[in-house]
Amino acid sequence: MKRIEAVIKPFKLEDVKDALAEIGVTGMTVSEVKGYGRQKGHSELYRGAEYVVDFLPKIKMEMVVSDDMVEQTTSTIVEAARTGKIGDGKIFVSDIEQIIRIRTGETDNEAI
Amino acid sequence: MKKWLVALLFALPTLVFAEDAPKLDTGDTAWMMVSTALVFLMTPAGLALFYAGMTRSKNVLNTYAMVFGAFVVAFVVWIVAGYSIAFGTAESAAMQNVIGGFGNVMLSGINWNDLSGTYPTYVFVVFQGTFAAITVAIASGSVIERLKFSTWIVFVAIWGVVVYAPITHMVWGGDGALLFDAGALDFAGGTVVHMNGGLAGLVLAILVGKRAGYPKAAMKPASVMLTALGAAILWFGWYGFNGGSAFGANEIAGLAFLTTTLATAIAAITWMLAEWVVYKKPTLLGLASGAVAGLVAITPAAGFVDVSGALILGVIGALFAFWGVTVLKKKLGYDDSLDAFGIHFLAGLYGALATAFLAVNDQDLLWDGPLKAAGDRMGQFMVQLESVVVVGLFTLIGTVIVYYIATALTGGSRVDEDQESMGLDESIHGEKYINS
Repeated sequence: MKRIEAVIKPFKLEDVKDALAEIGVTGMTVSEVKGYGRQKGHSELYRGAEYVVDFLPKIKMEMVVSDDMVEQTTSTIVEAARTGKIGDGKIFVSDIEQIIRIRTGETDNEAI
Repeated sequence: MKKWLVALLFALPTLVFAEDAPKLDTGDTAWMMVSTALVFLMTPAGLALFYAGMTRSKNVLNTYAMVFGAFVVAFVVWIVAGYSIAFGTAESAAMQNVIGGFGNVMLSGINWNDLSGTYPTYVFVVFQGTFAAITVAIASGSVIERLKFSTWIVFVAIWGVVVYAPITHMVWGGDGALLFDAGALDFAGGTVVHMNGGLAGLVLAILVGKRAGYPKAAMKPASVMLTALGAAILWFGWYGFNGGSAFGANEIAGLAFLTTTLATAIAAITWMLAEWVVYKKPTLLGLASGAVAGLVAITPAAGFVDVSGALILGVIGALFAFWGVTVLKKKLGYDDSLDAFGIHFLAGLYGALATAFLAVNDQDLLWDGPLKAAGDRMGQFMVQLESVVVVGLFTLIGTVIVYYIATALTGGSRVDEDQESMGLDESIHGEKYINS
């Protein structure tokens, strides 16, 4: 079981969610985050005072999938979230030790 | 039949005499009451929202509280002593130049049925009190996010008596008052309110010092929408501010309605275009700021100028304020946080001086002065200049003094580093703007 964490541009959320639904990934946790990588901040104007804002709003999606779904999931996310411009984001894949469904007590792969 | 004819003949003299004594005019009274309510709204709603919206979220409530608090404290002080100093008549001629004395402290000597012209004196007292309140409230914008609330409250109380009331007296205090006698033209308070409040703000900003992190840290407005709403409420209230300064429901009030609306609209357009050209993006904040700059610029001239005058005042007033906010501020490096100096002082200064050249040479409109007496525009300009210098110096020195007194009485004016970092809503008020 793997956790897939994807930081993407906020306006891409619907596209990625829909694309994932099509390949059978229907559960995820989404949070609003701030961050930067190579995309330097943008400047904001406030009565002529220009502020360079380093942190940009992003969306972080987290989902857990079975090992055999990892490849498909990550490529689906990449395709749906890519714009080609700096700031598209990154995907992180890590191991999950255990999953428990609270309502039923199901574990691991049954709980995905 | 004959009896009533005889009674009528006896009544005639009283009818004639009644015409000479000032009588209450219900139209004027109603208008002055409404104007008072309109100007009232400008402080706890208009200015409070305008300023709070531009403050960082962690200090929004504190900014609002400074403005709301300024109104309530300043008004009480006005009744206690401010009105007397501003509009009383001092016993000695020397004193009458600067202050109106203490004969009307707590409004003693003024009865509920006294009239000022055609409406109750009490209404005049309240009307003028709303001006006293908004003037000091303007200054709060320069020192948001770092001033102790106790220091602010004490400052407001003392400043109303030491600075606002004497300045009001000198410009509007009637015969014997320095600038009134000189013939200064200030229809609704370009010098008395806006130059005064704006300069007081700058003085405070310099004495209290800059906010931690200024100018590098991003200090983003909590809600530009609240600021725009505040600007709209200010505009609405300004119909009372300028319209009510005609002191009657009459044609001059009507003139003020037109000039106020026109100057403000063209000023907002000007600022919007200036931003579009210079920064490539017109902002809502710019529209709101331009409108306020226009309102300030027309204030000393609302009942003296015509359509062309209103347009000129709006355009140049907005440009001057725009320059003050985007260029001058950066160059001089002071943290006049919400541009009380940049907008209120500069636009007020311009309006006050330009009135000499833009006022219509109409005997029924003008107040006594070189322009009315002899059509002397340069002479009028010199008087405007005198009023601007006198008011400026008085505010400057007076505000410094009041600041140090308030600071001494409250054991320091500035919050400490932790409080400033945490935000004043939490550290001073124990409140939060949004509880999610």
